[in-house]
Amino acid sequence: MGILIHKDTRVLCQGITGHAGSFHSERMLEYGTKLVAGVTPGKGGTLHHNIPVFDNVLEAATKTGANASVIYVPAPYAADAIIEAADAGIELVVCITEGIPTLDMIRVTKYLSNRRTRLIGPNCPGVITPGACKIGIMPGYIHKPGNIGVVSRSGTLTYEAVWQLTQRGIGQSTCLGIGGDPIVGTDFVEVLRLFQKDHETQAIVMIGEIGGSAEEEAAGIIQKEITKPVIGFIAGRTAPQGKRMGHAGAIITGGKGTAASKIDALKNAGITIADSPADIGETVARLFR
Amino acid sequence: MKLFEFQAKNILKEYGVCIPRGKAISRSADASTTFQEIGCNRCVIKAQILAGGRGKSGGIQFASSPEEAQACVSGMLGSHLVTRQTGQKGTEITYVLIEEALPIKKELYLAITIDRCLQTPMLIASAEGGMEIEEVANRTPDKIIKEPIDVFFGIHPFQARRIASQLNLSGTLATKLSNLATNLFDAFLKNDCSLLEINPLAVTAHDEICALDAKMDVDDNALYRHPEFNQFIPSQDISPAEALARKHRLSYIGLEGNIGCLVNGAGLAMATMDIIKLHGGEPANFLDVGGDASLEQVTQAFKIILSDPKVKAVLINIFGGIMKCDVIASGIIQAIKEVGIHIPLVIRLEGTNVEIAKKILDNSGLKITAAKDMKEAANLVVSKVL
Repeated sequence: MGILIHKDTRVLCQGITGHAGSFHSERMLEYGTKLVAGVTPGKGGTLHHNIPVFDNVLEAATKTGANASVIYVPAPYAADAIIEAADAGIELVVCITEGIPTLDMIRVTKYLSNRRTRLIGPNCPGVITPGACKIGIMPGYIHKPGNIGVVSRSGTLTYEAVWQLTQRGIGQSTCLGIGGDPIVGTDFVEVLRLFQKDHETQAIVMIGEIGGSAEEEAAGIIQKEITKPVIGFIAGRTAPQGKRMGHAGAIITGGKGTAASKIDALKNAGITIADSPADIGETVARLFR
Repeated sequence: MKLFEFQAKNILKEYGVCIPRGKAISRSADASTTFQEIGCNRCVIKAQILAGGRGKSGGIQFASSPEEAQACVSGMLGSHLVTRQTGQKGTEITYVLIEEALPIKKELYLAITIDRCLQTPMLIASAEGGMEIEEVANRTPDKIIKEPIDVFFGIHPFQARRIASQLNLSGTLATKLSNLATNLFDAFLKNDCSLLEINPLAVTAHDEICALDAKMDVDDNALYRHPEFNQFIPSQDISPAEALARKHRLSYIGLEGNIGCLVNGAGLAMATMDIIKLHGGEPANFLDVGGDASLEQVTQAFKIILSDPKVKAVLINIFGGIMKCDVIASGIIQAIKEVGIHIPLVIRLEGTNVEIAKKILDNSGLKITAAKDMKEAANLVVSKVL
């Protein structure tokens, strides 16, 4: 079954006629995702990749029954796009866009706090339930249906971990990136709880990185609520203090948010930590031998 | 983007924040006239650098005459100030701020920052001004006052009253603090700050509440809607290589090691640095070419790495998802043709179009060591520099 998305998820794409939206919509269709609508203001009534395009999300959702949205809208307009999707009652919004101002995201999360819409991202690769549905920019072929849940703050590092699993014949229930920004819609804690409830998921791979305290909070929850094995990796042991490491959220400030602090917290919660990023797959494989 | 103290103060002045009278100068010849213009008996002269710890390192001095001001400014401008935050080389002083020295009764601390966990702007205050807030937080955590600010409502009057009472301010001082907090939050929002810190915030002998220092960090993601910051002096906390990388929309950070890294994706780039260290090497840089880098960007990225004289070998680690491996391969060849390469190059490619990429590299006739995975790549590149 996996979490968040499945084979019947009906997806609409905000920004489908843009460069990235167009390219990845095609990849999603190839993978078998039920992409039912596109939204680009001013292009309503046209077809793109043979999919109907609408001027706004409400109309697209009403006419096509879409219940999930993927956003490729440029950063200056992305916050509005997320709120528009929530306003239209879309249950799951996956925002790929990088570079949204932090205060915009604070307004968005505040707006979403009393609504039923779940936001994944922004600045994330998206969500995939292998063999069923792919919403985002990850290469589909590296995945394989199975029983490992993968959650990460990164994009390509997630692909690396997933590929290590797949090469060892270990499949995944659902893989998702929660995003590399300081403010994201869904954090590790919520995803861990979803994986805990999901019958298909037998173990969880959690990939964190420097900055903030999402991993430390996750460690607390893992100790209390998660009975499935969790394998962790934290990127950024060699990152210097005070420098933003590519992701807006990956920064050590005032000695807080270091890899060491996160690794300690996770180890204390009984989580197996892969010391090398090349050993994530092998660490999981050992668990099942 | 970090702003200089004087830039931040100029902005805060527009929001009605009390700032000591003063002026920033970049030529020591202007020092004595500036002292006279300010027209007070005693001035404070502050080196404008983007690192903290100035006070303890001679970056803040006092002058009681135009001559003293002149001598002090001449000593500062052009010299390198070393504080515990600058590193050993220090930072060159290109601007000094000359301000009237106010008689002070009390020093407070006030800041607005982003609380990532609670996903809200957070006001932080303390009656222990003039010290580093981390120090206060470690020693006496109960002396730190925190108030989350509703991004839509702003600071509620009751919150402002609560802060004032915890800072032991009453009467007109409490009202002044309340107005100040409201004005600061207004400035924080309108300038897309990620940090706005006033330390110390002074209660003067005349019962004014004045910002003696100001630290303002602006969210880089929001710079597109603040063209007014374009004219600001470029940040001094980035190296020329980092500035060049930024121009090409690459994320690059120079480090102390000798193994250059070119990676796609921030997480994988950090993990690549980590695995080099784990195998006994030292990374020379962090470099993320991004999810969908162009041929031109890859070429520039490679050039930036090779321009670092410390680099003795290069590791390229690409997991092509959006980014196609053949684009990376072509970019590398392009760059080598332009700049030449005399150091070992280890490449690990995986993902979309990897086979085409391997053919491109094989047919290039370049001396490249190919690795099948991350572990082998790290081993190989470390062995090249030993």
